[in-house]
Amino acid sequence: MYSFRLYVAGQTERSLTAQSNLRGLCESRLQDRYELEIVDATEQPGMAEEQRILATPTVVRLAPLPQQRVIGDLSDHRRAAYALGLPDVAEPHHLTGDEQ
Amino acid sequence: MTESSGIERCSTGIGGFDRIALGGLPLGRAALVTGTTGSGKTLFAVEFLARGILHTDARGVFVTFEETPSDIRRNFASLGFPIERWESEGKWVFVDASAGILEEAPVIGAYDFGGLVARIGHAVRTIGATRVSLDSLGSVFTRFADLGIVRHEVARIADALQQIGVTAVVTAERSNEYDHISRYGVEEFVLDNVIILRNVLEHERRRRTVEIVKLRGAPHRTGEWLFTIDPEDGIVVIPLAFLTPRGQASLTRVSSGNAGLDEMCGGGFFEDATILLTGPSGSGKTLTSLKFMASAVAAGEPCLVFAFDETREQLGRNAAGWGIDLDAMETSGLLYVVCDYPEVASLEDHFLRIRRAIEEFKPDRLVIDSVSALERIVSPRALLDFVIALGAVVRQHGVTTLLTSAPSGRFTPLLTPAIAAEIASLTDVTIALCYFEREGEVQRAIGVLQTRGSAHDPSVRHVTIDAQGMHIGERLIGTGFLAGLPGTLAWPAAQPGSQGPSAR
Repeated sequence: MYSFRLYVAGQTERSLTAQSNLRGLCESRLQDRYELEIVDATEQPGMAEEQRILATPTVVRLAPLPQQRVIGDLSDHRRAAYALGLPDVAEPHHLTGDEQ
Repeated sequence: MTESSGIERCSTGIGGFDRIALGGLPLGRAALVTGTTGSGKTLFAVEFLARGILHTDARGVFVTFEETPSDIRRNFASLGFPIERWESEGKWVFVDASAGILEEAPVIGAYDFGGLVARIGHAVRTIGATRVSLDSLGSVFTRFADLGIVRHEVARIADALQQIGVTAVVTAERSNEYDHISRYGVEEFVLDNVIILRNVLEHERRRRTVEIVKLRGAPHRTGEWLFTIDPEDGIVVIPLAFLTPRGQASLTRVSSGNAGLDEMCGGGFFEDATILLTGPSGSGKTLTSLKFMASAVAAGEPCLVFAFDETREQLGRNAAGWGIDLDAMETSGLLYVVCDYPEVASLEDHFLRIRRAIEEFKPDRLVIDSVSALERIVSPRALLDFVIALGAVVRQHGVTTLLTSAPSGRFTPLLTPAIAAEIASLTDVTIALCYFEREGEVQRAIGVLQTRGSAHDPSVRHVTIDAQGMHIGERLIGTGFLAGLPGTLAWPAAQPGSQGPSAR
């Protein structure tokens, strides 16, 4: 089971982009084997403090351990998937992906 | 005075800084403090919060990018800042933005520092802070490769701080002492208030200065100001050129310890005067200083002495030669003598020691023999600054101050050692001693060049020194005294003898 927490600051376009990118990645690679929590640092600064969040968006992979984190709106899906340790999906029909 | 420009100030409480900033940093704004490594940026940021807590009970948030909170707690405990206790009292909060290994993360796509801004805002609200320090931005720049974003974000943080309504100090690195303001070249454009701390090696001596480059169009003192980092007081800017407005000028006179000299000066020195005594080695400066001390002690006035030319033993021996018992005077508690080589400390540190001694010993009189010895460790310009700063301190405390100065030897004129002429313009009384040669004998002459607020004897007089001390004799004729080339000085025609008449 994968567990992610995405820290954003306000409901900005950048936050929404990050959310949809992360959801898309999880859906395509993990289907229902994940949980995702969105934390808005402007509303829950204490949680941002706990994880010492500097830049937003930042996604933290809480499970499986070890924790991993990635900063940015995850617009490069391939790199984001690699950095978060997501399993490859078999995409035999279009290897270059539609993720560009 | 000039603090009515419409910009409210936040008094930092950092020693001497508010004076050059004419009251402090603009209230509710962020100021950039830049400097090279070791220039005192972190100390400035820490003191800004600590002095706020100590002086005005202003609470503060410290955002640290580089050192960990525990490093900062430990490093500044020696200055008497109980940061940990302040944290437990809700007066100080850290926002830890230092780079832990866990926080290292690849950057994929666009981002901003909204998370940090939210944390700072949260910390400020939690304790009701009015001050925030961020130290230092440089490490953010090295952690995040995209300078454009970081610059934009620095501006955003500054904006956010302003909206929160706190006064902030933001530090940043510089790579060169006299080059761009900050290493990344742009922070200064996003902040209205810029302060540079410098740490320059000059003549093998470290010289720290602070300069306010801009202060949101508000008036401030320009130029570089010396400061020192004192183990007890932290940053102390030496507010050199401000002569504190003198209270009422005193009309009370004190004796120089030499009746003839008192007479030449119109009846002694005013008790709030600063007197400069110049003359080459052996011409009678130390003797005059000793008599001045003795007259203070005799009058029951505490006297503080800083001797840079001689050891305590030498000074005691010289004094004994004139029948002055230095030990007894010290035992009486009225005399406090500090003998030091100039080289043992920087000029700023000497200044602080003298100031501290004045504050603790509370003397009525001060002797510095000689200020020119200090010229060995600094440039003449810096020494001039020192005398100005000292002048401000002694005036404030109403101390009759005797400074002696010898020609440095590098310049020929006996009367105008490198700095004496300029220093003379800052003192109230200027007295010169010199040698001259007459009929195969070396003779001494004395002249009072100025006594502010009083008439004085304008004549150049003959001086003799014997076991009783210095005796001021008759008037000499001739020229050259002021030029430092007293080659034609002579007795009035009737007195051709080699025996200088001593008028008592």
